[in-house]
Amino acid sequence: MTIRTSRSARAGQYLALLAYLVFLAFPFLWLVSTAFKPPRELGSLHPTWIPHSPTLDNFRQAFDEQPLLAAALNSLVAALSAAVIAVLLATPMAYVMARHRTKLSAAATGWVVVSQAFPFVLVIIPLFLILKNLHLINSLVGLVMVYVVWSLPFALWMLVGYVRAVPRELEEAAAVDGASRLRTLVSVVAPLLAPGIVATALFAFITAWNEFFFALVLLKTPSTQTLPVVLTHFLGAEGVADLGPLAAAACLATLPSLVVFALIQKRITGGMTAGAVKA
Amino acid sequence: MRGLTGRATTVRRTRLGAAAAVLALLLTGCSDDGRGKDADGVITLRFQSLAWQKESVDANRELVDEWNAAHPGVRVEYVQGSWDSVHDQLLTSFEGGEAPDIIHDASDDLADFAHGGYLADLRELLPARLKNDIPRRSWQTATFGQGVYGVPFLQEPRVLIANEKILKASGVRVPTVRNPWSWAEFRQVAKELSGGDGKTYGVAWPLKDPVSATLNLGLSAGGQLFHRGTDGKVKVRFTEGDAVVPRTIHDQVGTDRSASAATLGMGGSDTLPGFFGGKYAMVPLGFSYRQQIVQQAPEGFAWKVLPAPAGADGPTQGVSPQTLSIARDSPYKKEAMEFIDFFLRPSNMARLAKGDWMLPTGAAALKDPALRAEKDGWATGAALAEHLVPAPAQSVRGYPEWKDKVATPAYQEYYSGAIDAQELEKRLVEDGNLVLARYQR
Repeated sequence: MTIRTSRSARAGQYLALLAYLVFLAFPFLWLVSTAFKPPRELGSLHPTWIPHSPTLDNFRQAFDEQPLLAAALNSLVAALSAAVIAVLLATPMAYVMARHRTKLSAAATGWVVVSQAFPFVLVIIPLFLILKNLHLINSLVGLVMVYVVWSLPFALWMLVGYVRAVPRELEEAAAVDGASRLRTLVSVVAPLLAPGIVATALFAFITAWNEFFFALVLLKTPSTQTLPVVLTHFLGAEGVADLGPLAAAACLATLPSLVVFALIQKRITGGMTAGAVKA
Repeated sequence: MRGLTGRATTVRRTRLGAAAAVLALLLTGCSDDGRGKDADGVITLRFQSLAWQKESVDANRELVDEWNAAHPGVRVEYVQGSWDSVHDQLLTSFEGGEAPDIIHDASDDLADFAHGGYLADLRELLPARLKNDIPRRSWQTATFGQGVYGVPFLQEPRVLIANEKILKASGVRVPTVRNPWSWAEFRQVAKELSGGDGKTYGVAWPLKDPVSATLNLGLSAGGQLFHRGTDGKVKVRFTEGDAVVPRTIHDQVGTDRSASAATLGMGGSDTLPGFFGGKYAMVPLGFSYRQQIVQQAPEGFAWKVLPAPAGADGPTQGVSPQTLSIARDSPYKKEAMEFIDFFLRPSNMARLAKGDWMLPTGAAALKDPALRAEKDGWATGAALAEHLVPAPAQSVRGYPEWKDKVATPAYQEYYSGAIDAQELEKRLVEDGNLVLARYQR
């Protein structure tokens, strides 16, 4: 009886998991299906998952009409730079905030939480004016600065959790063995923080890779525009869209995130777990 | 071992250094101010276009290339914007003093920018040819207060796209621009074209944005809704003329069941699969949707463009044309207007209209034979051009808030049967006037 209940419970769990996976995968699979459909199939009353006459025309058209590769390179440069700089800045800051609990670090943590509440529209005009005075409008340097500042609070918040999860005793043991503070940080703390750093970097990368509004406002010429901005060029007034090429371009835009996820999946899982459990 | 480790470290450092250098080059290489006059005295004008369909983008780019080839002293840089985000993007650019010199937008988006002092008044800049080519009713769409803040150049009426096979089989009278259906006749026809079984409908109203469709079509029945008093202040008044279009739609959905309730929340493109599949006999859509129909319709699918129903005021309807404006901060307004004049020469305006599947506002461009062909319904659209007038609300301050907070939910609830006509009127007028009053103190 117990076994039967347990089996049915397990089956229910798998079913729920399957339903969740289908729910998560549905938009992406539909996007892929749409990307390979000719216009006539897009207007069909009874759409199918597998295109009857699959075509690459949408991809060809997307590349013909928009500078997708240049935009992808801009996005990659901006997202990678933002992720690397954000992690380089956030890691030592997080260490200090986690290990030296002063009134200042409490205030800093509070500020980090509050700063997450500011909407884009509130900061965009002052930000625009500041960057203009620095001659950083229409420049990826300016955009990267914005992305770093924008992702830094959350990155910091994440990393503080990871640092706290590293047992303080390990650092004390290293100190007893004669290791300097720097040596302890590099040889003891950093390796243990690696999963957390990877997860944080990934968060900063994806935030920057998908970001639209700052890029729209701050970048003025086609040569500097990033992928999310270029994707909107397939949209017309009143929500009308060039659906096939848009789906094709959107498929390509999701690839880097998928590849990065696939490559460092194990480290992310480790990082998530490390941050979740207090040692 | 140490040597190897040391070499590996050196190699790693070199790679990191190289990567950093490449990154720095990429980052700095992408910096470009892109405005003003260069050392050789060549003026650069930034032209932000919202063209997005392939033919239209091609036409825009070709015209810019032609201009640049003929005018080495004034170079136009083509920048593609997006309808989806143009208002926020322009507002930020204006505030930051970095707006494009030449701005493509729609007349119903210009009011805030014109009143905010961001756009140049074009009255002194407009050449006589352009002024005379575009009719007065079109200029009114870009006139705010005393100034003219955009050159209206493309517009589209709302038309009925009909399944020709169903239409012919029913034997109903086919309307023309000279002899359109009345709203009562349209209601009767929709009933006749409807299967009455809840599976096929005479008409599918895509009313995701019900306000502009209702107000623009309402002009045909004498609806005005917004009335300007002698003190210049605008008030909402709901007359019998304003009730004709909403009542027709409401009754088609709720009483006759000749219109699908499911499409009320849809955009125009969403109704096309049902239209192609024979589920809906007619779909009221903007004129430019014909391009999607040509691309997506199944082979052999016959369709026809019919004029929208007419009321006491004939086939009149409101439009908000696409416009070209000049930023007030642009140091080269004269040169920008010269480009606009070139860009909107009759032959060029006709090219742009064909690219966007819309109608040109210019009288000379409208004479282009391709825009008067029967094929794909161009002739019906061209015949409607003289009946297109400014959308009733576009110059009313506070209209966007009235539309979003009051009118959109009120119309949606009325069409779905959640509220009655009295409640609709109460909300549009009483709640609406409270909103407008805040903008007119």
